[in-house]
Amino acid sequence: MTSLTLSKALNAGLRMAMENDPKVLIMGEDVGKLGGVFRVTDGLQKDFGEARVIDTPLAESGIVGTAIGLALRGYRPVCEIQFDGFVYPAADQIISQLAKMRYRSRGNVSLPVVIRIPFGGGIGAVEHHSESPEAIFAHTAGLRVVACADPADAFTMIQQSISVDDPVIFFEPKRRYWDKGEVDTVAGVAGALPLDRAKTAMEGTDVTVLTYGPLVRTCLEAAVAAREDGRSIEVVDLRSLSPIDMDAISASVRKTGRCVVAHEAPVYAGLGAEIAARVTEQCFYHLEAPVLRVGGFATPYPPSRLEDHYLPDLDRILDAVDRTFGY
Amino acid sequence: MTVESGAATTAAPTDQTLIQLLTPEGERIDHPDYPLDLSAADIRDLYRDLVLVRRIDTEAIALQRQGELGIWASLLGQEAAQIGSGRALSPDDMVFPTYREHGVAWCRGIDPVKLLELYRGVSHGGWAPEEHKFHLYTIVIGSQTLHATGYAMGIQRDGAVGGDPASQGRPGEAVIAYFGDGATSQGDVNEAFVFASVFNAPIVFFCQNNQWAISEPLEKQSRIPLYQRARGFGFPGLRVDGNDVLACYAVTQKAMQAAREGQGPTLIEAFTYRMGAHTTTDDPTRYRLASELEMWKLKDPIERVRAYLARTGQADAEFFADVDAEAKQVGARIREACRTMPDPPPLSIFDNVYAEPTSILRAEREQYAAYLDSFAGADNGGAGR
Repeated sequence: MTSLTLSKALNAGLRMAMENDPKVLIMGEDVGKLGGVFRVTDGLQKDFGEARVIDTPLAESGIVGTAIGLALRGYRPVCEIQFDGFVYPAADQIISQLAKMRYRSRGNVSLPVVIRIPFGGGIGAVEHHSESPEAIFAHTAGLRVVACADPADAFTMIQQSISVDDPVIFFEPKRRYWDKGEVDTVAGVAGALPLDRAKTAMEGTDVTVLTYGPLVRTCLEAAVAAREDGRSIEVVDLRSLSPIDMDAISASVRKTGRCVVAHEAPVYAGLGAEIAARVTEQCFYHLEAPVLRVGGFATPYPPSRLEDHYLPDLDRILDAVDRTFGY
Repeated sequence: MTVESGAATTAAPTDQTLIQLLTPEGERIDHPDYPLDLSAADIRDLYRDLVLVRRIDTEAIALQRQGELGIWASLLGQEAAQIGSGRALSPDDMVFPTYREHGVAWCRGIDPVKLLELYRGVSHGGWAPEEHKFHLYTIVIGSQTLHATGYAMGIQRDGAVGGDPASQGRPGEAVIAYFGDGATSQGDVNEAFVFASVFNAPIVFFCQNNQWAISEPLEKQSRIPLYQRARGFGFPGLRVDGNDVLACYAVTQKAMQAAREGQGPTLIEAFTYRMGAHTTTDDPTRYRLASELEMWKLKDPIERVRAYLARTGQADAEFFADVDAEAKQVGARIREACRTMPDPPPLSIFDNVYAEPTSILRAEREQYAAYLDSFAGADNGGAGR
């Protein structure tokens, strides 16, 4: 076991994937000498060369579009989109091309492309640097959408994402890049939880809190705080946002009878809505209260001096937990 | 006003840069940069291709009118640009087409019936791109130019550019990306130019300037001739008579060879004309003059080859009759294949979304199968599951 930050764990996972498969490429803006603006690709170009770690022109559609072409040629590109709000210029290539090529080709074409996106707020950034666009991609058939929340998962999930034959949108919780955790870099992905499975981050009995990405830590802190009030919160880290692991979700909600979904993205038409609907269908007779959602408002992301109001924090999560006990 | 301006844009280029080897009257002319290495038999083969793909196109339009196809994008008028460039490719070269490249598809051995599948609504494509080195039709304008560029970057990484030590003396591979005049306004096409340029990728950008992007004439896309755009991106651009199959063959062959040898991209602007509608849903009489079409009919890509072959005695009446008979046969075959083409089974809707179906998809498939089964006994959509 090694203690690594989440960004270093991603770096180690990328390095291992590149060592194991010469077809794995890294491409994006500033991923070479600089090592990416968050240093996730630090040192990789030095060790693997400019042909495999490609500093691209500053064009997101170009990055994803050429990654598709490289994948058609047999490569496994890992694209970095520098910030969440910069992914939209690549929307056509991701939504209309990458996601649909297998279907369009009746299975004749696989596109094993990973698109890494640092997402979410909390770093005091300017506009377009704090967004949570995961629902757009989860809504797009043909994409896998995942979000890591801790260094151990960052290390294994990036490798698993590279090795699956589907395109994967890989969300990284940017304000947690510097969080440390124990990572088993020797074992690699052996024994790791499959990519499309949720995990119980903390066991509990009274209410299930479903979350992912940067809010996993917030929800764990909320669960610890709730113990003082005698409430036992089960925190489930969804990890996979498409497909969603309904077996794990249903098992937890049937046990607790209450469910809160928390994400930074706007609540309106967010992933919480899909999850609430499915939980209602599958756990109706086990529910003591309606599924409640905590998340961003139906507004654009606010100026950073207001982001603490926009982002669900420990208190807003506990407020939602309290409300589920009001029924 | 639209009509007037449209007419103005399609006047023959006034500069002396139009590369031509066969005039509209069927006169062979030489060009110092493009000596032609085709035999009489080769030119007869090109003529045959031109006639056959026009026949396929004519049949497809008729099938749409009869309700057998949902829509069809006609290549009428662009046969020479497609056959000339398509026949200039090596088997190892990779093609990225738009949805109108029926002539290039023909050159790559794609059964025209596969194209009809797409326009009938039976599939979104469905051929194996690597098998034919011909990618799927791309419908979003210009998106495929980036795929083509990425593929060319892959050729570089495979050491498959000629002259690369890793190529071990093999001739090298290259990519050709097709797109139209309208696509040159798309961000993706411009990004493809940038990526191809800075990475010196082995790719030829083949723009069929057919003068019209549905109803918008070229002047709505560009204030300069399209081939001149290449200079700003740092690679050569040239304009060829797109209705001259010999010139299209020669310029494509040369540009592809340069790409294969590691000399980087070329932009070819094939100056041609969309003689038909944009698709079978379009009505060009609303936006362009009949006289413009009449002018371009005089430059027909097939007639000039026929005139040349006949006048020089390189083909006789029997040859032309044989080609016409073959065209008739091809037409009959695809007509029959289209009319008898079955719809796909309903549950195939769930196939090939992912490498393995996800839990969400499996559940939806089971639910819909059960729903169909609930009509058991009736002659219904559950059949053929």
